[in-house]
Amino acid sequence: MQESLKKVVETRASRIGKTFPPMKPEERQQVLKDFHPDWKMDQKRELKVGHNKGLLMPHEVADQLEAHSVIDASKIDLQKIDYDVDVLIIGAGGAGLSAAIYAHENGLDPDKILIVQKLRLGDANSKMSQGGIQAADHPKDSPTIHYLDIIGGGHYFNEPDLVEALVKDGPEVIKWHEELGVLYDKLPDGTMQLAPGGGTSRRRMHSCKDYTGMEITRVLVDEVINREISYLEFMAAVEFLKDDKEQVAGALLFDLDSDEYKVARAKSTILATGGFGRLHIQGFETTNHYGATGDGIVMAYRAGASLVHLDSTQYHPTCSAYPEQIVGQLCTEKLRGRGAQPVNVDGDLFVYPLETRDVEASALIRECYSKNKGIKTPTGMLGVWLDTPLIDVINGEGTIEREFAAMLRNYSKFGIDIRKEPMLVFPALHYQNGGVHINVKGETNIPGLFAAGEVCGGVHGKNRLMGNSQLDLYVFGRRAGKAASERAKTAKIGKLSLSHVDKYEELLEEAGIQTSRKSPMILPEYRGNKTIEHHLKLL
Amino acid sequence: MEAKNDMITIYVMGKKYEVPADLTIMKAMEYAGHQFRRGAGCRGGFCGACATLYRKKGSYKLEGALACQKIVEDGMYIAQIPFNPAEKMTYDIDEIKPDVNTILEYYPEISRCLACNTCTKACPQDIMVMDYVQSALRGDITKTAELSFDCISCGLCAVRCPAEIVPYNIGQLARRLYAKYIDGPSRHVLDRVEEVEKGVYDEEIENLMKASKEELTKLYNSREIDIS
Repeated sequence: MQESLKKVVETRASRIGKTFPPMKPEERQQVLKDFHPDWKMDQKRELKVGHNKGLLMPHEVADQLEAHSVIDASKIDLQKIDYDVDVLIIGAGGAGLSAAIYAHENGLDPDKILIVQKLRLGDANSKMSQGGIQAADHPKDSPTIHYLDIIGGGHYFNEPDLVEALVKDGPEVIKWHEELGVLYDKLPDGTMQLAPGGGTSRRRMHSCKDYTGMEITRVLVDEVINREISYLEFMAAVEFLKDDKEQVAGALLFDLDSDEYKVARAKSTILATGGFGRLHIQGFETTNHYGATGDGIVMAYRAGASLVHLDSTQYHPTCSAYPEQIVGQLCTEKLRGRGAQPVNVDGDLFVYPLETRDVEASALIRECYSKNKGIKTPTGMLGVWLDTPLIDVINGEGTIEREFAAMLRNYSKFGIDIRKEPMLVFPALHYQNGGVHINVKGETNIPGLFAAGEVCGGVHGKNRLMGNSQLDLYVFGRRAGKAASERAKTAKIGKLSLSHVDKYEELLEEAGIQTSRKSPMILPEYRGNKTIEHHLKLL
Repeated sequence: MEAKNDMITIYVMGKKYEVPADLTIMKAMEYAGHQFRRGAGCRGGFCGACATLYRKKGSYKLEGALACQKIVEDGMYIAQIPFNPAEKMTYDIDEIKPDVNTILEYYPEISRCLACNTCTKACPQDIMVMDYVQSALRGDITKTAELSFDCISCGLCAVRCPAEIVPYNIGQLARRLYAKYIDGPSRHVLDRVEEVEKGVYDEEIENLMKASKEELTKLYNSREIDIS
């Protein structure tokens, strides 16, 4: 490692101002095909059970769907209703919090809105987002250009009306944030400081240093508490409730403090449970938070919701590969947006720094495992350098301190000053591109069930651009909140039932699935030796 | 990867465990058999869920850290503080005024600040906590917002403060006031929202929505990239 580090320092001066040329479309397709983890067909299988039988997805996700419920429906007394509300929101990340605020804005009583969250209010992937949120509000930019960037980046699998909603609502989301008091980075003249991202043809990334997600989330949490919207922490949802009219009518909750099940009836239910990083697909480390175990897709599928694009998983190209204690932690794309270059063991450039994430990740994997130009850490992990000192060289001393406070701090805790030394990075499991299918209102195919955020599919196609997930949370969180609260004003709930859970058991048996697995997972298992197991099943 | 050669001793809530050296407190507790329900969140230093107090072997000093970022040491005595009982004052962001006395009005206890700096010493984010509490006391909302920005509300400062102040609540209020009223909205954002409402982009976007994959591919591959 030290040898290579010397070379990086040696070549730095010659690399300033230079950029490795972007790939041609054909090369992009080839590098994806050869090196992207999503293209390894033996790591996926077709789902064997249910209405989306045949849908291709990673083994780890199929394992969660081809599993028994954690509950025995016959033991649950649905006559005893513990919580009775207009809108139940499952998950309190950016999407769930926005939905709650909009349900309240739409006229519902704050104690008729209930947020349930298996960890704390605001604990979600939303909070960990570093570099920025996209919205086309710069004079040189437009929602139209944003649309094209998104659909091309998503390999044209995105649903047009969902992308339209995303780009048109973008500027309004930023306006809403400013009204709430979110502290965006601005230039001295008061205009937004905007950065480019992978696959974006304009500077479009609004940021709050490299704490963007945290800043927005904490303002939303503050707002939810100000409005006295009711919430229950350490309360996990494990199955949806339905009624005799096949509507979703709330959820069965598991209280993590008392180990008891509680019945929450609701006229509208919004699923905002986020992603699945803690399933460690293909053994990859993940950038995701502790609770990202894909609970939402399990519950939704058992209730009959349509799932889409689950064969597409995003690996963030630059995640920490060293030191060992922080392997998998996100190193924001904004680093590259501000001039940091990916550099190989010889100190040479080898890829355009802002390809779309899937292409960039594949290029890094290729550099390490095919071209053998990666750097090996003491624990045997391979990575490439991300030459961060260039950021201060190009933009002036103090830039990293100002704009990457989080990264600077996190690395300095382990004795690495990223102003002076490059980071070692490698792709890690980052984002669930697919999920529960929604329409522009945030409705799923089941009456009474809405969804928003990472748990949904269709918005980003098969590859999400940087900063669009943040945008997605607030655009669809608000839409789901509006639509769910509107519906709650007139909806009528019939007799509660968990028969769909029993039905799913039958489907499992019919499909010949023999397993002791239960889902949703709720929390990942890291006890004992699992703490230190690394099994990266790469090439 | 097998367990590292060196094993060390740590004490979690007084209970003794042998764990591999080089693990973070969080992973060491999991290795020892603990499954976190409270006390774990992002696992990456962003959410403040894993606030932990500890003493080092032979030291009387009470120190604070994030369990996900702090590496264990031999003889470390650990206790987690997953929750800090503190009332957050509610307010209407549209009604509240960014006056010199606003923060003091909502959190009068800040006048009890002893300037002892215990909060700053407890902070895992290297924030000048006392400085921002003092700024708040002076009514300098801008300075309070600026100094408190990196706060992840882990609660270590509040747990240690002898004057029973909850600094992170003050920082949060200051930042929202600053951003909304002192910084204010960016003009171009408001202009663009108006344009979208008027339908300026409707037709062009509709055309893209109707375009075939081939047409889109052509447009996408030949689009102008201007990141100046």
